[in-house]
Amino acid sequence: MTEGPLLAVEDLHVDFATPKGLVEAVRGVSFSLGREKLGIVGESGSGKSVTGRAILRLVRPPGRVRADRLEFDGIDLLSASERVMRDIRGERISMVMQDPKFSLNPVITVGRQIAEAYRIHGKVSRRETKRKALEMLKAVRIRDPERVYHAYPHEVSGGMGQRIMIAMMLIPDPDILIADEPTSALDVTVQLQVLAILDDLVTQRGLGLIFISHDLSLVASFCDRVLIMYAGRVMEICNAKELAQARHPYTRGLLNCLPQVDAGGRVELPVLDRDPAWLEHGL
Amino acid sequence: MIQAENLDVTFGRGKHAVHAVRNVSFQVAEGESFGLVGESGSGKSTVVRALCGLNPNWTGRVTIAGRIMAARRDKAFFKLVQMVFQDPYGSLHPRHTVDRILSEPIAIHRLGEVDRRVSRALDEVGLGPSFRYRYPHQLSGGQRQRVAVARALILEPRILLLDEPTSALDVSVQAEVLNLLQRLKRERELTYILVSHNLAVVAHMCARLAVMNHGRIVEELSVEQLRSATPSERYTQQLLTASLGYDRAAVDRFEDFAAEA
Repeated sequence: MTEGPLLAVEDLHVDFATPKGLVEAVRGVSFSLGREKLGIVGESGSGKSVTGRAILRLVRPPGRVRADRLEFDGIDLLSASERVMRDIRGERISMVMQDPKFSLNPVITVGRQIAEAYRIHGKVSRRETKRKALEMLKAVRIRDPERVYHAYPHEVSGGMGQRIMIAMMLIPDPDILIADEPTSALDVTVQLQVLAILDDLVTQRGLGLIFISHDLSLVASFCDRVLIMYAGRVMEICNAKELAQARHPYTRGLLNCLPQVDAGGRVELPVLDRDPAWLEHGL
Repeated sequence: MIQAENLDVTFGRGKHAVHAVRNVSFQVAEGESFGLVGESGSGKSTVVRALCGLNPNWTGRVTIAGRIMAARRDKAFFKLVQMVFQDPYGSLHPRHTVDRILSEPIAIHRLGEVDRRVSRALDEVGLGPSFRYRYPHQLSGGQRQRVAVARALILEPRILLLDEPTSALDVSVQAEVLNLLQRLKRERELTYILVSHNLAVVAHMCARLAVMNHGRIVEELSVEQLRSATPSERYTQQLLTASLGYDRAAVDRFEDFAAEA
């Protein structure tokens, strides 16, 4: 692919018609993604996950998606046929969800599931598939790939499960990876190890990564750019390194209410005051 | 106030036995906040569950408020020690109103004045009277955790055992609940044991903490030592580095502490 953004999103809206009225989950989100790590941060209900799903057209009715532009590599994702979308999903844009326990099939061995992800995207021999699966398991730093290949999902730890998910998603060598809270269920050290794997993929293979998370301080230290969402709107987009100088009161509020290891401690934490005006004006 | 000596907890038997807590000893003074930090499976929750009688199969010696604890706890014990759990979705009865959730401990302990106690407890945790007849599903996560704190406080205990009380909450709500816990501690001179995987939360709330790994206490240290980044154990140092955020170079230096028996 040539230069220019991998993905362009302009004025994305997602709403759900419910018996209690229309719920507008995403209200006019615009951003572009290059070969970089873009973080989408927000609290629960801010629309960050729905944004990720809308890109892959995984929002089901009664959910409705509309946008001025939703373009990936010259393909208009909104008008693309389901057939085209199937070719894109997994192969060119893939997604890792939060909990490996629910994303892996509990009655199929890890190896067969990874192999399936590979074979579905092209005719390859059984031996070649296994070789590739083991190679991917090694790439995500699983120490004993042969054992894990034959293991069932309940026989591996949470951190390993998440690495398996990532291995599976990376086998087709996608251009974009959407990671929705991929490490929230993991211990801090394991979390950082999984992030290091993603980081290397961005630098080595030129992957574009959308990293959805509620953890602002983690995103600030990991991503290149951060998009802050509140109530379905983008409050602010800034370079992760300059997050400490963020201007928007919501971003500031989120940063301030975090307890710090090295702060004074044992005083009141500032509480976030929500301004109703934020609901009306996004970026 | 609380003394644990050579606390050991094992689940299962024979070759399937899991030795969850190994030879853990610590002391917590009255009015102190003590933190237990560790990664999943380190045994930190099991320690507090053993302290409050939810795990009967422990050995060792536990003294709380001058009394040596047996495996079974009597009613007076629960008047003294209460617990707040991690998941506010799972720890409140889904078909009981807030009123019933809060009245039940009063009825069990025959304290009387139900109405006054319930409304006061709600007031103290910052929930108005309008919340009294709601069901848990009508509350947000933060509001539920406030109800859980109110339920723990309604017996006017002197010790609260807090097991990851804010890890299921958004950061802005976490700040509110932590402030609430700090205020209640000041007003009522409570003693806290706070279990958390989040070093920042523990550093904020506690003066002293113990770091656990694989059922053992690796190191006990003051928050000042933690802040000045001078833990003596490599494990604590690594945990501290990890909690400060992502650093590609630091990840390569991570060691695996799982192997040691």
